[in-house]
Amino acid sequence: MGGYILKRLISAIPVLLGITIIVFLIMSLIPGDPATAILGSYATPENVEKLNRDLGLDKPMVQRYFIWLGNMLTGDFGRSFSLNRPVIDEVLERFNATLILAGTAFVLCSVLGILAGVVSAARQYGFADKAITFVVLIGISVPSFFLGMMMILLFAVNLRWLPVSGMYAIYGGGDLPDLLNHLVMPALALAAVATGVIARLSRSAMLEVLRQDFIRTARAKGVPERRVIMGHALRAAMVSIIPVLGIQAGFVLSGAVYIEIVFQWPGVGRMLVDAILKRDLLLVQGGVVFVAACYVLFNIAVDVAQSLLDPRIKT
Amino acid sequence: MSAFLRLLFRNRLAALGAVVLAVIVILVLIIPVLPLQNPDATATANRFQKPFSAGHPLGTDHLGRDLLSRLLHGTRLSLAVGIAAAIIAATIGSAIGIVAGYFGGRTDNVIMRLVDMLMAFPYILLALAIVAALGPGLMNALIAVAAVNVPFFARNIRGITVGLAGREFIDAARLAGMGHTRIILTELLPNVLPVIVIAMSTTVGWMILETAGLSFLGLGSQPPQADLGSMLGEARSAMISHPHTSIVPGIMIFLIVMSINLLGDGVRDALDPRLRSGALSRPRATTLVRRSGDIPAPTDDLLAIRDLQTQFHVGRHIYRAVGGVSLAVRPGECLGVIGESGSGKSVTALSVMGLVASPPGVITGGAVYFRGQDLIGAPYETLRQKRGDSVAYIFQDPLSTLHPLYRIGQQLAEAIRSHHGISRAEAHRRAVQLLKDVRIPNAESRVNDYPHEMSGGMRQRVGIAMALANEPDVIIADEPTTALDVTVQAQILSLLDDLRRERGLAIVFITHDFGVVAQLCDRVAVMYAGRIVEEGPTAAVLDAPAHPYTRRLIACVPELGGGRRELAAIPGLPPMVDALPPGCAFAPRCDKAQDSCRSGEIALTGTAPRAVRCLYPEEAV
Ligand code: SF4
Repeated sequence: MGGYILKRLISAIPVLLGITIIVFLIMSLIPGDPATAILGSYATPENVEKLNRDLGLDKPMVQRYFIWLGNMLTGDFGRSFSLNRPVIDEVLERFNATLILAGTAFVLCSVLGILAGVVSAARQYGFADKAITFVVLIGISVPSFFLGMMMILLFAVNLRWLPVSGMYAIYGGGDLPDLLNHLVMPALALAAVATGVIARLSRSAMLEVLRQDFIRTARAKGVPERRVIMGHALRAAMVSIIPVLGIQAGFVLSGAVYIEIVFQWPGVGRMLVDAILKRDLLLVQGGVVFVAACYVLFNIAVDVAQSLLDPRIKT
Repeated sequence: MSAFLRLLFRNRLAALGAVVLAVIVILVLIIPVLPLQNPDATATANRFQKPFSAGHPLGTDHLGRDLLSRLLHGTRLSLAVGIAAAIIAATIGSAIGIVAGYFGGRTDNVIMRLVDMLMAFPYILLALAIVAALGPGLMNALIAVAAVNVPFFARNIRGITVGLAGREFIDAARLAGMGHTRIILTELLPNVLPVIVIAMSTTVGWMILETAGLSFLGLGSQPPQADLGSMLGEARSAMISHPHTSIVPGIMIFLIVMSINLLGDGVRDALDPRLRSGALSRPRATTLVRRSGDIPAPTDDLLAIRDLQTQFHVGRHIYRAVGGVSLAVRPGECLGVIGESGSGKSVTALSVMGLVASPPGVITGGAVYFRGQDLIGAPYETLRQKRGDSVAYIFQDPLSTLHPLYRIGQQLAEAIRSHHGISRAEAHRRAVQLLKDVRIPNAESRVNDYPHEMSGGMRQRVGIAMALANEPDVIIADEPTTALDVTVQAQILSLLDDLRRERGLAIVFITHDFGVVAQLCDRVAVMYAGRIVEEGPTAAVLDAPAHPYTRRLIACVPELGGGRRELAAIPGLPPMVDALPPGCAFAPRCDKAQDSCRSGEIALTGTAPRAVRCLYPEEAV
């Protein structure tokens, strides 16, 4: 197993390099003089020249890429001019908030989605199945940012159950209950679409598996139906559900950008949007590379989970 | 095509989606002739008017602009941008995919590596990076969304192209001296175009949503121009005081996305043949029972199947798989049930414990008595307690009948623990013993194997061990040796024979091979088209078959016990059980058939223990 993990980590290196190259190429699409574009209205000739030197813009592109890559490997992602602090510090701080939000949403959508799919399949064409199918259809059709806004209207403004936005109360907050209180709505709004997608997939995966011969074997030896469904069938269905969980994690991470805006959540997505609007390109660049790299590592974890589940995968 | 459309619209939800989408598209197309106000005309005195106010059916926004007008214009813009993005992504992505798939080799490798890397990004990071570089704006958002979706098309279309590139017509075109460009444009493209269109129709909703999202973030359309996303984004600051300005564009996005989703689901269902045949329904925990008519009386046999009728209800068709079968076994006895595939022998066996997949299976008549207790229609829990404990099954092909993800030890232990409250350790110990009982070498280490790590013969032994786990009274073996080679088959048969002699097991042995029957069974019943056509002691039936079908079956066996054989040597095919002719079902293939064979019911007659269902039997019994 350790060997397998190592092998997967090594195979991720070209992907990670590819990510940096792609981001680097995209950033070199900037029309006109990058230093001026980055500095925008802050640009004074001295600043532009200093930034050009800092970024090594006077050097050829390939060389510039390697300098940038080398700096990143030593943890130097450059300096955000709009925040006047190192990019990596800001990204790490914001990523922490995103991780709490997206992580919660990911757990929610996995658990709720799989559960809904299993119930739906086990009660195929029954009331529960129809109800779940209907809710899922609505869930995957509502844009998450609109859903978030409507939740705020209902639960925060009208019912006053939950705080409108933010991660902690401004006065007297900061502890875990406070965080959870602020987390409920954004996490649910963020999980909605992925829950629907996972529920649909789990339903069809379960239906597929329930027709297999080994399910008949389990029934023939007298295994109670609950165990047939939740044990034998679900376990086999997980083989096709887990890769989708990996894909959906990417969508949850993407959706977090909208949810962070709607709920004023101080995460990396909101940071990126702010940075784009302020033309703080070093911050965008650093944030994108960092989050994409984390996602690649997460997908390795998904592969490892898959190999733990399925002994037929050669490790 | 028309069949496809009919299927699509039989799906009522898909039709609903199509109607909603059509209404939206038509409204948007007739904007120029609608009496709408200028969507950008501000009137700050009239800001935040409620819906249904004079002159503003949907009210006004924070600058007093008419919301209805802005909504329709915004919808038009959103649809246009989304569709444009879809077309761009489809064109570029498909071009890349076709080139990669057609040329293959290094080109393919390099391109697909790049595509994989693009797909390693959570999509929005890529879109944000592109917008960051190009600057906020609707055009740039469109480019970003299109670019992000290029890999999806590239990968899908490449897959199709690889399949096509190896086909003869492409080789023929090459030999005819056509250039690559011409082959791609005239031979490949027409074939992949439908796939491209379908892929596009399933992603266009997604792209509309993504561009709206970027506009919502303020990175897409810039004021005063507004698509649905930026309308929602602008309304957000006044969401709490004037929610209608948010709700109006929000619901429109929802309607568009939902109708496209519904339509997409409908298209997918109509295209997927598995869903069309209704095969994707799960079997219930027990077979459905809908018995009509009298329930036959119990007998004093250990297991007695009495006048069993099992049907498959598929759509409007009714297949009578088992049409009134009676069988019985006593302790220590082995009964062979023989017939071609489709004769109803497996369905008979599975009906005993309610294991016929249902839907489509329904037991419509008869009874199955185990020690005098009727199992047909028994409550689930009663059946479950008997399954594996009183009556156990051995199935064909243990690679698909054993769970691929559980160790065989776990599967054996589970069989025991489903009926006996013993500890895990004790169950494990017994599992090892069971493996020894079926003569698996190195049982202590084999118990931790997964099914795919064993040979076919070993797996079948595990299947037998599992059936023995709870020391059942009856074992029903459904072609347990068909998937095995001759020597392994002989070993398994002698193992079963030993077990029945040692433990007094009753065995019902389902097979299509008279050689196997001769080796193992005391009595034999021959099934044809869902009914028993002959039965009697094995030796008597083998010596002097009474039914013409039995005689032919035996004639097909070159040497008894010689291993694996098919019954294909009999000319003709068994009849479809949904269209049985009146009279004898074997008549179309029978060389002794008379006119009298083709009408009326032919009874199973004879003096016990022999019986035959034939008007002109080979031997009087
Ligand atoms: S009943 Fe007639 S057709 Fe049928 S097997 Fe006997 S002889 Fe042949």
